[in-house]
Amino acid sequence: MNIIETEGLTKYYGKVRGIEDVTLAVEEGEIFGFIGPNGAGKTTTIRTLLGLLFPTRGRARIFGKDVVRHGPEIRRDIGYLPSEVFFYEGMKVRDLLQYAASFYPGDHTQRIRELAEYMELDLNRRVDELSYGNKKKVGIVLGLIHRPKLLFLDEPTLGLDPLMQRRFFDLIQRENRENGVTVFFSSHILSEVQRLCHRVAIIREGRIVEISDIRTLQKNSYKKVTVTAPDLTPKVFQLPGVADLRVEDGTLRFYFKGDINEVLGRLAALQVQDVTIEDPTLEEIFMHYYA
Amino acid sequence: MFRANIFRFELRRHLRSALWWSLGVVAIHLVYLPFFKTFAENAAVLEESLKRFPKAFLEAFGMGRISMATVLGFCTLIFLLVQIVLAIQAARYGVALVSREESERTADFLMTKPVSRRAIINSKLAAALVALLATQAVLWVSTFAGWAAFSAGYEYDKGRLALLLSSALPFQLFFLAVGLAVSQAVRLVRNATPYALGLGLGAYALGAFSDIGGEVKLEWLTPFKYFDAASLVLNGYEMRYLVLDLVIVAVALVFGYWRYLRRDIPTVT
Repeated sequence: MNIIETEGLTKYYGKVRGIEDVTLAVEEGEIFGFIGPNGAGKTTTIRTLLGLLFPTRGRARIFGKDVVRHGPEIRRDIGYLPSEVFFYEGMKVRDLLQYAASFYPGDHTQRIRELAEYMELDLNRRVDELSYGNKKKVGIVLGLIHRPKLLFLDEPTLGLDPLMQRRFFDLIQRENRENGVTVFFSSHILSEVQRLCHRVAIIREGRIVEISDIRTLQKNSYKKVTVTAPDLTPKVFQLPGVADLRVEDGTLRFYFKGDINEVLGRLAALQVQDVTIEDPTLEEIFMHYYA
Repeated sequence: MFRANIFRFELRRHLRSALWWSLGVVAIHLVYLPFFKTFAENAAVLEESLKRFPKAFLEAFGMGRISMATVLGFCTLIFLLVQIVLAIQAARYGVALVSREESERTADFLMTKPVSRRAIINSKLAAALVALLATQAVLWVSTFAGWAAFSAGYEYDKGRLALLLSSALPFQLFFLAVGLAVSQAVRLVRNATPYALGLGLGAYALGAFSDIGGEVKLEWLTPFKYFDAASLVLNGYEMRYLVLDLVIVAVALVFGYWRYLRRDIPTVT
């Protein structure tokens, strides 16, 4: 079953483009990456899905329900971690979390305590005294208090130290594996998307340019080839499918799309000192889409 | 369409501010009431000296139509100041009602919860209303207690005084509703205070100086005219003004709701 479905979702701010014709589907239980540079429309997409913005055209459904008409009902099972978190001033962390919890049925005291402990968050501090990273932790707890079925993460790791980032990723993966939480993960940091996500959509200037399985994306497109050999000239690898060919200190680097045997054939004729053929990182694939 | 948790949360935030506004109302009484005895005892001198002021000047301060040497007359003097305070308070609550979430960047927190915007604004409006009523309660107590202490034995019609005080409700509703409408007419309210001061003092000026302005009569736009203290004490409510006030309240609320329910909540930066 699809947890999120959008059809031609479009948002304009007056005449300014937010997103254009975004069509995608996120399946239950997957961690779906949403990548693109700043200003591409990632946040606009999320805010429209959350009912903070109203679409100019197109439709979006979450849990099979229209996001404009059934917002409050849908949001019962949604957790949201914005890229920057702001809270009511003068409150204690504990009171803020309790206020947030009061929007959902049931008692969440135990859950709050567990999450705070896991993220090493002091509940007795006042929110306005917190450091950026600690505010972020409050945001993480806020997003998870009510055991949501769907989690929106918008550039979530901004401002978290590496240790906490790791703990945060573990938490997200645990929620995903053990509780079947679907995650919509927006980021421009590809390594974290690569590490966490099952599928990714790439958004550029408001439009989706690619939706693909993360492995397919890495495997089916390009191979990254590095060769070191004496008397190496770029001419040797002048093949169709070769891109971005560069020589540096006797080492040749290029990307190749096509039958890898052609590259191997050329390599066989050389006296090779060193060679690697590897999958490009998402970063490199990404550069390709934005080149 | 109503959330008790939002209501309680908002009310707690309002009550502290309502306390300060109430102290303002009390302070006005404490400053002015002790002078009443002198005014009353020197009525003749007072009337004589007031005659020397231009009529427009007296109008601007609500004086001239009723003797300041009577309790109710003196009351109108105090009430005008109280009205200015009440106007700014209510306008501030109205302007900040929902825009505060955006200017303080908490809109994302609140609006991604499973509540409808209608429930949010209903609950917030109810909380603001209770805070205004609490301030008005203080006004009633400080007025009646003040006169019990400072009337110096002069008689006054308590019914008329109560009628005067009752006008604070439709008066504040006007500023609450119009404040909300204004906040939803602009793109983003960064700070509610200038709007509140503009609305409160602007409405006062419109009522006070409309006579000076000459032909153009804008006074029917301001609750300072609808609930002019001297008229209330002398003639009671003027029905067309009361109705006009309530019509403007209704229109402003409908507009404010209409805009808020369709509003795009911008990303905070």
